[in-house]
Amino acid sequence: MIPIAFDYKKATSVDEALAALAAGGEDAKILGGGQSLLPVLRLRLNAPSVVVDCSTIDELKGVCEDGNKVVVGAGTTHYDVIKNPMVNQSVSLLAKATASVADPQIRHRGTLGGALAHADPRADQPPVAIALDAEFSIAGPGGRRTVSAADFFIGPFETAVGPDEILVSVAFPKLDGWGSHYEKFNRTAQAWSIVGAAAAVRMDGGKIAEARIGLTNVGGTPHRATTVEQALVGASSIAEVEAACAHASDGLEAFADDDADVDYRTHLARVLTARAVAKAAGLS
Amino acid sequence: MHQIHQEITVTVDGISYERAVEPRTLLVHFLREDLGKVGTVVGCDTSNCGACTVLVNGQSTKSCSMLAVQADGAEVTTIQGVSDGNEWHPVQSAFKECHGLQCGYCTPGMVMSSIDLLNENPNPSEEEIREGLEGNLCRCTGYHNIVKSVQRAAEMMEGAK
Repeated sequence: MIPIAFDYKKATSVDEALAALAAGGEDAKILGGGQSLLPVLRLRLNAPSVVVDCSTIDELKGVCEDGNKVVVGAGTTHYDVIKNPMVNQSVSLLAKATASVADPQIRHRGTLGGALAHADPRADQPPVAIALDAEFSIAGPGGRRTVSAADFFIGPFETAVGPDEILVSVAFPKLDGWGSHYEKFNRTAQAWSIVGAAAAVRMDGGKIAEARIGLTNVGGTPHRATTVEQALVGASSIAEVEAACAHASDGLEAFADDDADVDYRTHLARVLTARAVAKAAGLS
Repeated sequence: MHQIHQEITVTVDGISYERAVEPRTLLVHFLREDLGKVGTVVGCDTSNCGACTVLVNGQSTKSCSMLAVQADGAEVTTIQGVSDGNEWHPVQSAFKECHGLQCGYCTPGMVMSSIDLLNENPNPSEEEIREGLEGNLCRCTGYHNIVKSVQRAAEMMEGAK
């Protein structure tokens, strides 16, 4: 279908984008890579009065180092995230989850910030952000503020970013030397995760010393499996990992949909978490 | 009242065009209806099928998932721009040789994605080919010969060096 008519404003800086959003009011929409917004517009699920194109704002692109953090511009494409040496070295979990997003064409245009701000409950990067305590830098009319991942995701397709604000960058702690793995379960090529598990672990003497676990599509927002993280400390075998990951469904209010009922989704959460941790830890 | 048109300059298959487009125009509709590039086809309405794949600044892109106004200043290559005069692109020749098509509807997108895949990875494994073409669907399920075509194209392009 052809999208409904809208005004188009190309922003060349964050300030210009903020001015366009202020002028556009609540019906203004930010266009990043467009891989979520364009399908929404084509299906006429949304009818923005104005589309503010932020896809060519240089300030939003690229990866840089800030002390013990890796800061990824919100407008950095999935492709550029996957190819970035610093991300692969220090935030390998993000690179792995991003490599599983959709297909090559979509990874060429879709952006990290767009995927996080769209906050689809099935998306692959939100569990990484929640597991690693990422920090979100948001620009608004009153300046910039930082929001933790725990406070960023509010509900399905809803985040802390206000209608007059724009996500600028996301900072991930450097986890050099940690093992990581993203285990995604879906039925067909390029399908969304029915459940996905993101795991990063620090090994010490063959045992898990620290773990970070995030789950996607088990609820309206990404889930941090803190009970599993604690139970994993000291684990050195698959059996111990599986025992700890039985807690992956603790505190979950899993939902049912066409892909999975509550029991199956809960089962997937446990099994995929154990697989992700075992691979991240190099246990077999 | 919404603004009617936006001026853009875009290079498509080596020729620069200046056009005024409605902001809501999808790149694929601009290519087909304004420029007559009907080799690029629309297969679905859900960003799924990849039949409309073109290269934007060298990267494979679903042209149904990009606005024409976003192509302002960009270089777009469609299936109609990959041959060298009457000389087919090796990927096109390989698809013919290995019968990498049945009904042919997905072929323009398959060829464009394969060109991107081989630019990035000149010698892909079978698994890398299948993953690299994940964004392109063949309703005839002719994937086996499509994979063979890409393998053959890789040999031809290697031999041409």
